Amino acid sequence: MRADLEIIREWIQPNSRLLDLGCGEGELLEYLIKEKQVKGYGIEINPDNITSCIEKGVNVIEKDIDKGLVSIRNGSFDTVVMSHALQTMHRPDLIVEEMLRIGKECIVTFPNFAHWRVRSYLSVRGKMPVSKFLSYTWYNTPNIHFFTFKDFEELCVERNIHILDRTVVDHEHRHRWWIHLWPNMLGEIAIYRITR
Amino acid sequence: MPTEIPHDSVGLVSPQTLRFDTPLTLACGRTLDHYELVIETYGTLNADASNAVLICHALSGHHHVAGYHSMDDRKPGWWDSAVGPGKAIDTNHFFVVALNNLGGCHGSTGPNSQNPATGKPYGPDFPIVTVIDWVHSQARLADKLGIYQWAAVVGGSLGGMQALQWSMTYPDRIRHCIVIAAAPKLSTQNIAFNEVARQAISKDPQFHNGHYYEHNQVPKTGLMLARMVGHITYLSEDGMREKFGRELRSGKINFDFHPQFQIESYLQYQGEQFSTAFDANTYLLMTKALDYFDPAADFDNNLTLALSQAQCQFFIASFTTDWRFSPERSREIVDALIDAGKDVCYTEIEAAHGHDAFLIPIPRYMEVFSAYMKRVRTGGGHTS
Repeated sequence: MRADLEIIREWIQPNSRLLDLGCGEGELLEYLIKEKQVKGYGIEINPDNITSCIEKGVNVIEKDIDKGLVSIRNGSFDTVVMSHALQTMHRPDLIVEEMLRIGKECIVTFPNFAHWRVRSYLSVRGKMPVSKFLSYTWYNTPNIHFFTFKDFEELCVERNIHILDRTVVDHEHRHRWWIHLWPNMLGEIAIYRITR
Repeated sequence: MPTEIPHDSVGLVSPQTLRFDTPLTLACGRTLDHYELVIETYGTLNADASNAVLICHALSGHHHVAGYHSMDDRKPGWWDSAVGPGKAIDTNHFFVVALNNLGGCHGSTGPNSQNPATGKPYGPDFPIVTVIDWVHSQARLADKLGIYQWAAVVGGSLGGMQALQWSMTYPDRIRHCIVIAAAPKLSTQNIAFNEVARQAISKDPQFHNGHYYEHNQVPKTGLMLARMVGHITYLSEDGMREKFGRELRSGKINFDFHPQFQIESYLQYQGEQFSTAFDANTYLLMTKALDYFDPAADFDNNLTLALSQAQCQFFIASFTTDWRFSPERSREIVDALIDAGKDVCYTEIEAAHGHDAFLIPIPRYMEVFSAYMKRVRTGGGHTS
């Protein structure tokens, strides 16, 4: 399992109701349904991923998250997860608001655009960074909003969003003690647990 | 006509007629003391009768879902693309049961059957049957076949409504509910189209208030018009344009009222074919069953509450250009199921064919449908 999912799954309560936005092939849900008996649903738009979820026995709903989640009732999920997808949304701020409306708690992970490697790529080469983790070129990337830990935390302050937990890891999702000395420079991926 | 039976066909099949002598009380309050249902089955029922799949038909469907009745048949059954060895509903693994519903005109007891009380065809005196009545009659059919619980109940359009009703009426008798291109109830517009169809039939001078059998006549024009207007709602605007455009049959405008555009002759042909093969009273009944379907009505119009009765898992599918039962209508079902905490998968298939898409073997549709049916077979999924 992808390492950020391993961290997320520890934060999910047994027997809770979980919504995974952009659930991919459904691996997080498959694990949590089996191991923590959650009642989980995934939302996905990629046809192959949807078929994979069905094969895994995971509840998957085909839906374009950018078109809104209005039909889902307020507070109807214990946790709403969005892993590595916020930067692909048209309006990340509205999606976060929607997640907080639907879920009692939300977990968001995203790549940090202020990581030193990204900063040096841009400053030295003068080009949009391309790396193993951010492997697209500027014109075909699904990642249409780049932001940093600092940006996200400023949004949280602005919108009165309470940060319950934050974990910062490298691109292999490993915890490194030194990351915490200067997370916005040294951390590549952030995992936030937020609530209203 | 098949010169040889394709390897993925169920092959030559024959229908059978089952007689039921326990009175069935219908939603309208009337009772049918005796009735017959015509069915076809494919595949083999396993020892613990756990591999049975029921296929419910839509407005003009029947029991002949797959395979051929004879080597002279022009076409196989109406859903041959989805039912057979190695197909989505794989008859190597499932025992498939298909029937002609009560009120139908393909052999099951309906308006053109003899009314034992009068010795004449029921005609308009045949009781109005509803989706829930069909589900009760299908449960009796299951009893007769020795099936307590269906592995899945499957249907498209009006057939999907029956599958949905099964999940609520007999929650412990269905493990998976498969609802394709359906809706939780008809829209006002849907009912309006049905009324045009009914008016076309009942205003036909040969209808004789539904007693046309005794006059040896058929309200052919009415049925034809009903089918033509129905058919328009089964196709998408894009699909129609792609297929027929503004093509003229003779290449030029003739300044008369004979059919000149290809779409005109296509609709007339479809209507004509249908009017010789379908019973007008059955058509009226089927449209009424559609109009009346509204499982949330008994629950204060709360679909979540209605579906809370269900215990099975759900697979819901819709098609992007279907405007008869659009994706939004399927999403209403999905939203209610999520709200009720039921297991559900939903897919929206990109298709140009409108409502008719549910009968067409679109590759992605067949792929997800097969994946889900595999889950039905292996018992995958995690009901909590």
